[in-house]
Amino acid sequence: MELLPTIWFIAIAVLWTGYLFLEGFDLGVGMLMKTFARNNTERRVLLNTIGPVWDGNEVWLLTAGGATFAAFPLWYASLFSALYLPLLVVLVALIFRAVAFEYRGKVDTDRWRARWDWAIALGSFFAAFGIGAALALTTTGLPLNANGDREGGPLAWFSGYAVLGGLAVVGFSLVHALAFLALKTDGDIRHRARQWFVRLLPVLLLPIAAWALSIQFMEGKPWTWAAVVLAVAAAAAAWAQARTGAEGKAFLALGAFLVLGTVSIFGAVYPVVLPSTLDGAFDLTISNASSSDYTLGLMSIVAAFGLPLVIAYQAWTYWVFRRRVSADSIPEAHSFLPAVAAKAFTTKG
Amino acid sequence: MDALEIARWQFGITTVYHFMMVPLTIGLGLVVALIQTAWHRTGKPEYLRMTKFWGKLFLINFIMGVATGIVQEFQFGMAWSEYSRFVGDVFGAPLALEALLAFFVESTFLGLWIFGWKQLKPGIHLACLWVAVIGSVFSAYFIIVANSWMQHPVGVEMVDGRPVMTDAWAVFTNNTALVAVPHTLFGALAVAGGFLLGIAWYHLWRRRRDGVDTLGADGKVIPGESATIPGRDKADHTVWIRSLRIGAVVAMISFAGTALTGDLQGKLMFEQQPMKMAAAEAACHDGTGFSVLSIGNLGSQNCDDIVALIEVPGILSYLAKGDFTTEVKGVNTLLPEYQEKYGTNLPDNPIYGERAGQEIDYLPVMEVTYWGFRMMIGFGGLAALAALVALWLTRSGTVPRSPWLMRLAVLGIMAPFGANAAGWIFTEMGRQPFVVAPNPDPNGIDQVFMFTAAAVSPGVSAGELLASLITLTAVYAVLLVVEVKLLVKYIRGGVVSAMPELAHVPADENEDATPGPGGQGGGKPADDVLAFAY
Repeated sequence: MELLPTIWFIAIAVLWTGYLFLEGFDLGVGMLMKTFARNNTERRVLLNTIGPVWDGNEVWLLTAGGATFAAFPLWYASLFSALYLPLLVVLVALIFRAVAFEYRGKVDTDRWRARWDWAIALGSFFAAFGIGAALALTTTGLPLNANGDREGGPLAWFSGYAVLGGLAVVGFSLVHALAFLALKTDGDIRHRARQWFVRLLPVLLLPIAAWALSIQFMEGKPWTWAAVVLAVAAAAAAWAQARTGAEGKAFLALGAFLVLGTVSIFGAVYPVVLPSTLDGAFDLTISNASSSDYTLGLMSIVAAFGLPLVIAYQAWTYWVFRRRVSADSIPEAHSFLPAVAAKAFTTKG
Repeated sequence: MDALEIARWQFGITTVYHFMMVPLTIGLGLVVALIQTAWHRTGKPEYLRMTKFWGKLFLINFIMGVATGIVQEFQFGMAWSEYSRFVGDVFGAPLALEALLAFFVESTFLGLWIFGWKQLKPGIHLACLWVAVIGSVFSAYFIIVANSWMQHPVGVEMVDGRPVMTDAWAVFTNNTALVAVPHTLFGALAVAGGFLLGIAWYHLWRRRRDGVDTLGADGKVIPGESATIPGRDKADHTVWIRSLRIGAVVAMISFAGTALTGDLQGKLMFEQQPMKMAAAEAACHDGTGFSVLSIGNLGSQNCDDIVALIEVPGILSYLAKGDFTTEVKGVNTLLPEYQEKYGTNLPDNPIYGERAGQEIDYLPVMEVTYWGFRMMIGFGGLAALAALVALWLTRSGTVPRSPWLMRLAVLGIMAPFGANAAGWIFTEMGRQPFVVAPNPDPNGIDQVFMFTAAAVSPGVSAGELLASLITLTAVYAVLLVVEVKLLVKYIRGGVVSAMPELAHVPADENEDATPGPGGQGGGKPADDVLAFAY
């Protein structure tokens, strides 16, 4: 066993888990903007539950990408170039989504808001779907040649696993968002989120369970099978807790489901990071795709201090903004438009 | 165009675009943090207004930097997979550290700052902004360490045809980076300076046009109040004149800073990438003179077509070596040296695709390097000069009534942006045909270099690259229109657009209603859930 590459394989699994755990709910909240929220006030409640934190959550993706580049350059190069078009979709989705959060409230018209609401909903959906597809394909394989380059043209990556992975992350994000909303809001939204969670959890977690299981059938080890069983138990616990109204416990149980799920998937494929569907000899593994021990050692030292620090101050952020948001706490849309403001001022005076 | 050329256009467009948002974020972030610190210390309401107003513009811009930054990290792997494979062991680390040690800090603490006006104690709230701003400075450092390694590879040795990091200290204290970081930070401050100056000028001009401010017999301004325009009170005048002066001073200091660091950088570049500097001069023959104007067909890539029309003797030697007599090598001397060291033709390696075996052109596109270098210095100097003139013209405490001067001041916002873009285009295009330029230090690692022609993803088709080039350019164009529209809207609205409460409170009650640094007042109960709401 190679110690440093293994540590970094685990580190990258941790980063992806952190990403899916944190941005999972804000991607889900984004998708719920058009389905769950019924009016502008509810949409603003949704937005403000993730307002202070979504940007920090997204950095987990950048860090996962950057860490893959630094620790496993060949994995990064092959995966990102082979999935050129799907990742382009992810990028465009993330761009519109980010800008939409910030710009949605900046012009006070329904048309303006409706456009950015679509940008948030579709951006969240395609980002989740694309990232899920990429993650699934790195576990099931891509048509890579000896140099690690994709054979077969721009769509050669496409397979059932791409769709399954896409649905897995979309489904998980939605469930996770409902659990999060039940925890972070008050009033009608909180009640409804819990209802939806209980009703939809069994369906929405099916794709991710199917992905985890198919990986187990291909590459499973006894302990990763055990992780799958525990994950299912955690999902059942989340469901049961939500039914009794224990929102915090339901959220944590769902988090445990995610952790166990990624453990089972990443654990099963280890030590392969990206299999080639053309020839097993072309598989990228933690040994042939990794950086030197010197680089990995340096990164390990920095990450050993840096990552706990990140987790600490991000946790503090959640503590600062721990209060539930409800429709009553949403202020009026401010009419900062100078013309409008001037008019309001003159009619009053 | 083939895949390589499309990929280069895409990298160029997305990077220059991203780097319009970045310097404004870094520069304005520092300025807003300083202003909020002033408010925290003095409690003067104008500082709160300035914090809110400039902070609002800062955020509108910040989000675009965030959104376009993700593309930057992804496209190394997507479009430049061979490059990523080659440099990953050393180039990936600063990128990962940028995310881990800088982006997390920046995004998390900025979120706390935006939403935490009421939830956090004032001192902690201010500290959050400082932490975020320091995060953005760190991110500049890490990304420039990565870029500087491409300009001047250090701290590695070749193992199995790839550079492997052996000395992290050398990589993270690369002298190229140590001068490029302050140069870039001063460049960012120059952008913020021009931004403050132009916008503040516009508001002072409006106050005069609307008859709010008048000039007294002594030629000094008499700030007034408008009964009809919300927020146009006396404090408003202070907001703008102080912003203008801060902007002008920042612009001048930062120009001096870019000039000093740029000089150091130039001297390094004459050693590290002599061809880049020769191309910056369109200098064919060895000499000592700095070209003020060269004519002829720079684009022909043929030295005989270029005539240096006006030359200042000795200056080039000063830029390169610090004296006025040392001969600086020209293109005609350098070309054979490069050919001898790095070959006349690209290797017959499938990685070069159709370019395998082709002759290597070691001369960067001279139109770009020559004019890029001059635009960088020209726009930078122009902005600093304009700042000086602006200080003189506003000595009465307000701006002249001329609408043309106002337009010029607003247009002047563009100059430092232009200088930043020109500088980066110069230094990146001047590195060609290398993506990783060789380190010519005799004790160094001469064989660590990579031709740009070898860097593109072999498995990605020209069609895919074209699709992404078109998509990203179109998306960026649309978003630029939206961003500028929003910025203009908020700028026109003045402080009221960032502090709507000013519009609803009669002017004379403003100062009482303004929450002081002690966290008192503000009208809303302390248990209010949202200090700021989307």
